[in-house]
Amino acid sequence: MSRIARAFELLQSEGRRGFIPFITAGDPDLETTRALLLELQSAGATVIELGVPFSDPMADGPVIQRASERALKHDFGIAEILSIVREARLDVPVVLFSYYNPLLRYGIERLSREARSSGVDGVLVTDLSPEEAADASASLRAEELDLIFLVPPTSTLARLKMVAARASGFIYAVSRAGVTGARESMSTDAERLVARVREVSALPVAVGFGISNAAQVADVWRYADAAVVGSALVAEIERLAGASDIVSRVGEFARGLLPE
Amino acid sequence: MNKANTTQPDERGHWGQYGGRFVPETLMAPLEELSAAYDAARADEGFQSEFAALLRDFSGRPTPLFYAARLTERAQGARIYLKREDLSHTGSHKINNALGQVLLARRMGKGRIIAETGAGQHGVATATVCALFGLECVVYMGAEDMRRQELNVFRMRLLGAEVRSVEAGARTLKDAINEALRDWVTNVADTYYLLGSALGPAPYPLMVRDFQSVIGREARAQILECEGRLPDALIACVGGGSNSIGLFHPFLQDEGVRMIGVEAGGSGNQLGQHAARFNQAGGGQPGVLQGTMSYVLQDERGQIAATHSISAGLDYPSIGPEHAFLHDTGRVEYVSATDAEALEAFQTLSELEGIIPALESSHAVAHALTVAREMKRDELLIINLSGRGDKDVSTVAEAIKGKDV
Repeated sequence: MSRIARAFELLQSEGRRGFIPFITAGDPDLETTRALLLELQSAGATVIELGVPFSDPMADGPVIQRASERALKHDFGIAEILSIVREARLDVPVVLFSYYNPLLRYGIERLSREARSSGVDGVLVTDLSPEEAADASASLRAEELDLIFLVPPTSTLARLKMVAARASGFIYAVSRAGVTGARESMSTDAERLVARVREVSALPVAVGFGISNAAQVADVWRYADAAVVGSALVAEIERLAGASDIVSRVGEFARGLLPE
Repeated sequence: MNKANTTQPDERGHWGQYGGRFVPETLMAPLEELSAAYDAARADEGFQSEFAALLRDFSGRPTPLFYAARLTERAQGARIYLKREDLSHTGSHKINNALGQVLLARRMGKGRIIAETGAGQHGVATATVCALFGLECVVYMGAEDMRRQELNVFRMRLLGAEVRSVEAGARTLKDAINEALRDWVTNVADTYYLLGSALGPAPYPLMVRDFQSVIGREARAQILECEGRLPDALIACVGGGSNSIGLFHPFLQDEGVRMIGVEAGGSGNQLGQHAARFNQAGGGQPGVLQGTMSYVLQDERGQIAATHSISAGLDYPSIGPEHAFLHDTGRVEYVSATDAEALEAFQTLSELEGIIPALESSHAVAHALTVAREMKRDELLIINLSGRGDKDVSTVAEAIKGKDV
């Protein structure tokens, strides 16, 4: 069983729901990212999603686009990202959240071999459809890494089944069609979507895209196993860039996202 | 290799290892819907005859195949013909695809059309067909391209389109496509993405190629009519690759016909100075960008590289997946022409034939002069003159300032 599966099993046995923060690696710099990983763990993260910056983030809204731009000003790649995860020696599992090309260029087999010993437990590739994922999936599975897929409200039943057949770890339900970014209100589509996912898969279901406060997290917790918070956290990192206490203040913000 | 494999992708849109669908899951169901709608339209005689009628009556097809006597004299080699896509309505081949896809959008009941544009030719073509059918039209265009192609921005607005400036990245075609994809992923229920080149996720590369193949079908019939035989060589510029695949495709099974695609060599051989995706020493490697697997200009970490070309329409780091396949099989040769060579060809064709070509097409003209010189006097060469150059006059004036024209 993967560390991600174990983390969700533990949650369920305790009757709790999960919190999955997302940050972009290298924003504002890699050293801060390493410290933020530890801070988010102590803030109560179930799993941490670590974004691999990409030059052409076509599925992201402006907040994460800007984070990618900031990160890409530094000279680093997948190898350096794996290093900081390894150095952080986390207890919580880490999922790399990436576009396909940087992983392809690094080599999926190489990534699969090196990831687990670094403390990376899964990979989510925004632009890798289940149809195209056969090779990547085989390499990752061979090293017991989870391949996590996004499912949107536009998915047909046939597509949900296809994703369910290939997914492991958990399934990430997107609250509404669109790019990443905070929304004022959560769509009711998310709840319906989670119910549809549960009909085709026994995996835990996390909900994300647009969640930016504790009330929204509490709402998601009514029907899903975990809530993902990305852009709101990344916007906070952007706002605090340059502050000497950025790590503790981002931690404070993350704790504030959890319902009482 | 099976001959059928050289022209038709597999059912998921792959030509060999290239093509496919690399997009967020939100777009997968809509792409399946688009594929099904296109397959039905492709087999529907009513759709095909409506498309043919618009090409004839609205766009003015067939475009002529013109014997370029003075250009032939200059090269002292093959007899050079120009396929005059520059005479199409709106001034380039882009209208062929825009007409085909807008008919499909109407069939699918989509009332809002979005598009990206580089040089502005596809944006103008899309704005035109939206005006024709009374559809809402939003065109994404890089801020740098808006500056380079001011006239086309004005034309689009005149046609009732909203042109949205894209400030991300290098502010060119690639960034405009990212922004169009973000719009589509957000508004997918009522929006049709009218992609302008033989790029992107399946079924776009196949669909755009089919709509553009009218160029090659006409050229084939026309050269048989006037010379009584097939041409020896075809030459076209390759940005995303729609005008070139449109000319080449109907000739792919004709083994005696040599085909050459001309990429933008820009101002140098280093990554960032050109847009020659098959220049492997210059950073072109197989990869995934904007929905498809193909050759992509990228750094060693898989970040997409900046590109440069004097022509906005060729200034793009990837190329249509069918071209990647035709490159690897060796069926089509790919070369590049520099900014300077294109500028010279722009002036040469203007002076010798009274035709001002688009800067994109000037790349094809530049290389054609070299190839024609190496050919025999009785051999035949067709250049696809994909667009007219009115839009480029101020760019060229600036580039050759101080030199004798």
